[in-house]
Amino acid sequence: MVNLAQRLAFASPHITAAAVAAVEYPDLVRQYRVTGVPKTVVNERTEILGALPEADFVSQVLADTNDPEPLA
Amino acid sequence: MDARNPLDLEAALADVSAPVKLVFFTQTFGCDSCLPARQALDRLASLSDQITVEEFNLVLDKAEATAYGIQRAPAIAVVGGSDTGIRFYGVPDGYELVSLVESILLVASGVSGLSDESHAVVAAVTEPVDIQVFVTPT
Repeated sequence: MVNLAQRLAFASPHITAAAVAAVEYPDLVRQYRVTGVPKTVVNERTEILGALPEADFVSQVLADTNDPEPLA
Repeated sequence: MDARNPLDLEAALADVSAPVKLVFFTQTFGCDSCLPARQALDRLASLSDQITVEEFNLVLDKAEATAYGIQRAPAIAVVGGSDTGIRFYGVPDGYELVSLVESILLVASGVSGLSDESHAVVAAVTEPVDIQVFVTPT
């Protein structure tokens, strides 16, 4: 998922993609309720668990960007 | 690629055909992983003339931290001709080191590698999208 997310960032100046080493940031793990990896969080509200094919990942990453309720 | 195997790393980075800068953010206190992170970047830079490392202090170099949107250390921004929006937080080790090498190859290639369909969808994005992928080293 890291590689795919970073391909999206590379393809668009509006997208940033960060790989976060979960063990080094326990505060972020708590904040985003990370219980397994890979876990993807988009705009601090959309959660994607596990690995997805490219088309599904793109669809989910960009689907809910207007959701007004953040996770944290 | 086995990131622990120097020969695998060297072979992978032999394909880097354009300059890639690893912008590294460290901090002086309270960052046990900053030194091993910097050492990992130096190792990558030693394997390709195209890879350079530029270091900033998260606390002291506020302008750079703000420009790259960095709020924690250690952090790495992968930069080609311009900023790519690709970031790594933590020591690049194991899986994350492989991902970092792949991002270097991606940036150097200049090609996203996405399908035409995905590329069309992504090209239509006009609002900021921030993706965080939580990973473990192994």
